[in-house]
Amino acid sequence: MRDVAIIGIGETKFGELWEKSLRDLGIEAGFKAMEDAGLSGKELDAMFVGNMSAGQLIDQEHIAPLIADYSGMAEKNLPAIRVEAASASGGLALSQGYMAVASGVHDIVVVGGAEKMTDVGDETAGEILAKTADQEWEAVFGATLGSLYAMMARRHMKDYGTTKEQLAAVAVKNHLNGSMNPNAQFRRAIKPEMAINSAMVADPLGTFDCAPLSDGAAAVILAPLDKAKKYTDTPIKILSCGQAGDYMALHDRESLTRMDATIVAAKKAFKYAGLKPKDIQLAEVHDNFTITEIMAIEDLGFFKKGQGGKATEDGLTALNSKISVNTSGGLKAKGNPVGAVGVGQAVEAVIQLRGEAGERQVDKAENALLHNIGGTGSTAIVHILGRVR
Amino acid sequence: MAIARFWRENESRYNMQGKKCGVCQKVYFPARDMCPKCRRDSMGMMKKIQLTGKGEVISYSIIHDGLPEFHMQIPYTIAIIELEEGVRITGQIVDCKPDCVDIGSKVESVFRKLGEEGKSGVIHYGYKFKLI
Ligand SMILES: [Zn+2]
Repeated sequence: MRDVAIIGIGETKFGELWEKSLRDLGIEAGFKAMEDAGLSGKELDAMFVGNMSAGQLIDQEHIAPLIADYSGMAEKNLPAIRVEAASASGGLALSQGYMAVASGVHDIVVVGGAEKMTDVGDETAGEILAKTADQEWEAVFGATLGSLYAMMARRHMKDYGTTKEQLAAVAVKNHLNGSMNPNAQFRRAIKPEMAINSAMVADPLGTFDCAPLSDGAAAVILAPLDKAKKYTDTPIKILSCGQAGDYMALHDRESLTRMDATIVAAKKAFKYAGLKPKDIQLAEVHDNFTITEIMAIEDLGFFKKGQGGKATEDGLTALNSKISVNTSGGLKAKGNPVGAVGVGQAVEAVIQLRGEAGERQVDKAENALLHNIGGTGSTAIVHILGRVR
Repeated sequence: MAIARFWRENESRYNMQGKKCGVCQKVYFPARDMCPKCRRDSMGMMKKIQLTGKGEVISYSIIHDGLPEFHMQIPYTIAIIELEEGVRITGQIVDCKPDCVDIGSKVESVFRKLGEEGKSGVIHYGYKFKLI
């Protein structure tokens, strides 16, 4: 296995981007990443694209060659691979690109993630998201994705005393971080009362406990580390990747208050990287709902089980505290273009590790962790990135 | 959901029939042909089991912003229930105000209309739960 580095990053703004198609978004992110890496295009060996549901959201399947074509890669006959793992599609695209370069099969690979969600109504988008759980044994009875996470939240509250105020603290922190990210969908800080008193979506989760529906795309360029210096002075190394699965339906899992896929994926990633949770300065974790971030920071080993809510309320996950969590604003404030999320996390980590994050810069950022979940936790992918010393 | 797809699962949805692993005795619903704990050892050892439909609420959520098909029912309560046989199942809790449900509430299954197919109007049936 070869060492692999990220040599370029690109990202669109996340949000309701009515004037832009999926094709436009994918191309914009890809071009920005190529420009960042100083590539002309001829260097590319393959493209991996994370996307959850273009077939249902924009009536277009086979989107990897579509984006490759309009990125000028048709004459080059570039192989383009679409990767799907629900909301972990982006993370999975990154891991597949990483393995392709690490194995020696490809040298220069572009990994993209893209989703166009606002061409359909909110209800239709909600219906599509519910299908990332078990359609036949959960959604068919009326379970929405939000209600499944709400059941995790309810149980976490019962077992560990987690409060609505602590859930709200996740949203407040991520909105504050998002206010400092020019690409974020929501760029204003919110008050705790706003989050606590927001309209119920799936009790006990309210509007401000849920990430929005978003359009957006992100891309990174991967290269073998020994060739990376040719393209950039600040290559960021992919130290490790861990992926794990679990029962598809939430009710089949032993516990509602932890995600075993996250625990196993993180263990693998820490082991391969030779690091421990205390070696990580910043983490981009999956916060499609506020409870998801609380469970994630516990399952990833940053806080003891049951302490995630209190840790957040106490400010231990705020920018430049014990560990800076979701400095980008997370899915909650940066936005949630589902298939792009995992790649967008990598973009934020690279910005931070290069020291280019401006007012939201994490001090002495050496190592960053990325955590991406599919469905209600039947897929989890953890990457660890680090500065090259 | 397509009619044939719904029909295929009717035996389970109508009768709450699961499978019990002949090796470790763990019960599964819906029916599985292989026990995730015993894997190959359980092949051919999975026996049909009729579930009682009685159990208790492990967690629940009151849905205020639901799927289009369920709009008429808002607010409605969805729950994960642990049945007496030890297996867990997702279903709606009906015949009571949403705020009457709690973790630990005892429930039993009832046979109800689940929904109908948009264009064809074919009605789907299956289990829901009520408090006991
Ligand atoms: Zn067994």
